[in-house]
Amino acid sequence: MAGDARRAVAQAARDSRARLVAFLAARSRDVAAAEDALADAFRAALETWPDDGVPARPEAWLLTAARRRLIDAARRAQVQQDAVPTLRAVAEEAEEVASSGTAFPDERLKLLFVCAHPAIDAGARTPLMLQAVLGLDAARIASAFLVRPTTMGQRLSRAKAKIRDAGIGFTLPGPADLPPRLHTVLEAIYAAYGTGWDDVAGADPRRRGLAAEAIELGRLLLHLMPDEPEGQGLLALMLHCEARRPARRGPAGEYVPLTDQDTALWSRPMIAEADRLLQAAERAGRLGRFQLEAAIQSVHARRAETGRTDWAAVALLYEGLVRLAPTIGGLVGRAAAVAEAQGAQAGLALLQALPQDAVAAYQPYWALAAHLLARLGWPGADAAFVRAIGLCEDPAARAFLEHRRAAPAAALPI
Amino acid sequence: MLYTMLIFQPPYDQQTRATDMAAWPPYIEALRAAGVFAAGGGLQPPTTATTLRFQGNERIVQDGPYADTKEQIGGFVVLDVPDLDAALDWAARAPRAPGRVLEVRPNLMPPSPR
Repeated sequence: MAGDARRAVAQAARDSRARLVAFLAARSRDVAAAEDALADAFRAALETWPDDGVPARPEAWLLTAARRRLIDAARRAQVQQDAVPTLRAVAEEAEEVASSGTAFPDERLKLLFVCAHPAIDAGARTPLMLQAVLGLDAARIASAFLVRPTTMGQRLSRAKAKIRDAGIGFTLPGPADLPPRLHTVLEAIYAAYGTGWDDVAGADPRRRGLAAEAIELGRLLLHLMPDEPEGQGLLALMLHCEARRPARRGPAGEYVPLTDQDTALWSRPMIAEADRLLQAAERAGRLGRFQLEAAIQSVHARRAETGRTDWAAVALLYEGLVRLAPTIGGLVGRAAAVAEAQGAQAGLALLQALPQDAVAAYQPYWALAAHLLARLGWPGADAAFVRAIGLCEDPAARAFLEHRRAAPAAALPI
Repeated sequence: MLYTMLIFQPPYDQQTRATDMAAWPPYIEALRAAGVFAAGGGLQPPTTATTLRFQGNERIVQDGPYADTKEQIGGFVVLDVPDLDAALDWAARAPRAPGRVLEVRPNLMPPSPR
């Protein structure tokens, strides 16, 4: 019985937390106050539900409990006079909604847009989303982003203070602002998927980072904006990468590059879902960065049926991608695809045209340069291998490169 | 800004030590190529240490390390990077070994040109 109640609290926390935070914060513009009030409400639920039973409408119960804490906060905030009436008004509206029996409005999309608002420091957007929407704690987020937990805590507090003090509105951007604003939302979600990864496609599958959380955010965004092609593209991209997770390591934990992966280990349901999303996105007729990246992964996924990779198609998609967004990752990816489609020399020429200071610490550049130089039997391969190995974060990828470095040129796949 | 990465680890057997030793040169090479390597070095095991301490004017020289702890300092790297985030980014790329812990601390005084 007590266990059931605890499970009910956990369930309510998962299902409703974001909706409740968004509802309260949309009215007070105070994310921290909303989170504190709800933390109190969940604590009260854990104390009383095991004895009194789970209420018929858990969300309304939580909202009423959160309301009390908001009134306390209003009392304490007397120094900031203008905050008091706002918090009181929110508390009253919460009570109204809780007692009326109607569903309260879903403000989660507004919360996502506020978290990725351009006025908020770019480095704080993803962490803010992970905390405000998914309820992750600062320490967990800090580890994923490789910063000190206290630093992450400060970054989050600063961002929340900015929303409150600058009065960032909980409104959806108008049609003119929507594309760039949506892009920052999508980028913030994708940043959670790629936390700490130089190269998502080759990342260590045991270190899941925040991949599951990012996919959850992607699904939430799609639920709230079902017809948005770039939202579909982003989710498709993440699902394609996720589908290959079991194939990225051999039986002894060794690194397996994409082209050598056993396609039998790829998740067919995830690939199918990703392709469905991508097809739906294409029907909208608005191409974007995430659709292109997902399309590249979709071409790779086709190897599961055809047994071969259409490198010319991959190269063409990369060409489109770098025209849209010439990131260093996209440029290196294009060089890799061109090397497969047109020969190592053509790929190497593209690599060598990249600005040297931009690639000095970019591991995938050196790994690709090493492979291509070795394949051509040209000098410099060994030095490039050393750079690539030295820049590795993943021990399995390092071992793979050490093995390749030692291999005679004739043994390398052409 | 200068940050020192202290490398703590349990005692290693010869095999682990040899594997680890071979993993460091490419990392140091990458640090140098990126222009962030200020100083650093690996240390011989604590059994090779000699400790010097003072009691009043007395010098006391002893065989062995100052503290006998499970985690020992295996080496250090001084990184010249703009901020802590960059220092942690480089620290994450250091070769891994069982039980190894990396402590990153800002150096006390930034170098001032004379």
